[in-house]
Amino acid sequence: MKKRSDHSMQTDAAAGFSRPLRLSAGQDLRGYLTGRAARTLLFITAFVSVAAVLLIFVFVVREAVPFFKSTDAAASLSRLKEFLTRTQWFPEHEAHPEYGVLAIIVGSLYVTVVSLLIAVPIGLLAAVFLSDIASFKVRQICKPVIEILAAIPSVAYGVFAVMVAAPWLQKHLGFTTGTNALNASLILSIMALPTILSVAEDSLSAVGRDIRQASYGLGATRAETMIRVVIPAAGSGILAAVILGMMRAIGETMVVWMASGNAAQIPSPWWDLSQSVRTMTATIAGELGEVPKGTTHYHSLFAIGFLLLIFTFTLNLISESFLSRVKRRQR
Amino acid sequence: MDAIPKRSNATERRGGVQIGSPKSRPHTESAIRPEKVIIRASGFSLFYGEKMGVSDITMEIEAGSVTAIIGPSGCGKSTFLRSINRMNDLIPRTRAEGLLAVGGQDVYDKRTNLVNLRRQVGMVFQRPNPFAKSIYDNISYGPRLQGIRSRTKLNAIVQQCLEDAALWEEVKEDLHKSALALSGGQQQRLCIARTLANKPKVILMDEPCSALDPLATARIEDLIAALKGTYTIVIVTHNMQQAARVSDRTAFFCLGKLIEYDLTDKLFTNPSEKSTEDYITGRFG
Repeated sequence: MKKRSDHSMQTDAAAGFSRPLRLSAGQDLRGYLTGRAARTLLFITAFVSVAAVLLIFVFVVREAVPFFKSTDAAASLSRLKEFLTRTQWFPEHEAHPEYGVLAIIVGSLYVTVVSLLIAVPIGLLAAVFLSDIASFKVRQICKPVIEILAAIPSVAYGVFAVMVAAPWLQKHLGFTTGTNALNASLILSIMALPTILSVAEDSLSAVGRDIRQASYGLGATRAETMIRVVIPAAGSGILAAVILGMMRAIGETMVVWMASGNAAQIPSPWWDLSQSVRTMTATIAGELGEVPKGTTHYHSLFAIGFLLLIFTFTLNLISESFLSRVKRRQR
Repeated sequence: MDAIPKRSNATERRGGVQIGSPKSRPHTESAIRPEKVIIRASGFSLFYGEKMGVSDITMEIEAGSVTAIIGPSGCGKSTFLRSINRMNDLIPRTRAEGLLAVGGQDVYDKRTNLVNLRRQVGMVFQRPNPFAKSIYDNISYGPRLQGIRSRTKLNAIVQQCLEDAALWEEVKEDLHKSALALSGGQQQRLCIARTLANKPKVILMDEPCSALDPLATARIEDLIAALKGTYTIVIVTHNMQQAARVSDRTAFFCLGKLIEYDLTDKLFTNPSEKSTEDYITGRFG
């Protein structure tokens, strides 16, 4: 029978290695422990961020539930129905407080949609320009500058909306109030623009050079190549860009609070951008500071927050699935 | 340098053949009748900014033949190939000098219509590059650009091109599946079929087999043999055996210059230039 030590016997050739190929038991143990410790540390940091998201969710749900809780199921349901379908939001009314949040939901969606109507075409056209037409130099200068737009604090946009945009709208378009849906949408679109442009440009640029060459080689013009090959290939990335821009717009608080006028009403006629609206975020931000803790009003704000969370979670999931499709294609 | 037997043999054989001086390239045997010339380069040079891509290329390519371009990496063979349908335009700051004519039209002339040039001078690239569309849409892309909308016509074109590219039998059930699901060799044949759909005169192939395994390579080579005659094929290849197998004439490029251009049999058995011989016998490159 061969002894185990035979395998580790030093030969002449092995003698030349300047560092030992085996370590002592103590050194091995130290290496093992360092590895374990590092893994644990990294796991904890990752876990903390996941846990934070979960805990926020739990907290919001826990604070929102009492709003709907009532004597029996039917009453709870009618409370929910009132919440979602009524437009009257008078939570501070002494005798008959009303918690109809529909106007506020509509306000949020309204400014979001209008801002996207402005930001998406501009963002996509600019992305096409930057990815395909602009020279390398122009792109190197433009992209960081546009991304700076995302770094400006939103309160600065809010100041601009109130001090510059609002008087301008009143003076030149004859609006009765300058803080209205149009103002908020304009500013929101500027804020969503860098997100849309940047993600769309990335996904357009990710479409391989050889695919473009194939198209040019078949006699396609630049425009045909862009419209028929590059944009379809970047389609899911572009959709993700739009959704990310949407999340930016729907979750934005400071600007809409300052610029939208904060009137809980559905514009009538529906296309009248000069009317004031109020969004879910602005409602929470504006009222949560003054409301006594534990009151129905307090819990109703959390119910709004819960709705908002559902909106953004859904959008996030959708954009993630589109972006993962882009990544899969690149592989 | 040592006298290596093979070279001295070649020298002996060369002695027996009537050739001109190396400067006036030996076209006596291989001369192309003027009416058969489809691509003509005369003193053609292409620069990338200040950098020379190819310089002073003079050669004629016969209609319906297969012409191989061989040479070491960076010798300008792809540059020359991509000049023929102006694919080099995609690289900024390229500049051409001299004449490069396809069907009698100087391709670097301002009035040359790039769309029509590229439709008739198709290209197959090194890496298979199907669009992220269905097989059907890949083939019908070119015809649709030309305004063909009729389903029956498109169906006929798709089937014909896939048959010509020897791919029909393998994919006829899956025409509406993504082209990206095909194997590398199938993708390359799809790219050839896509080029055929434009009914080109000339097909440029830029190392079409370098990303394929030997079996897929053999199928592409068979395909080239089948397409010969109907189409003029110019193929750049790193693989000298491939050049010898598929082509009628071979051009040897080195350092941006055309060193030798002759019938393939002649160039591989009895090259006139020493550097050609060094390259094909594997002494460099």
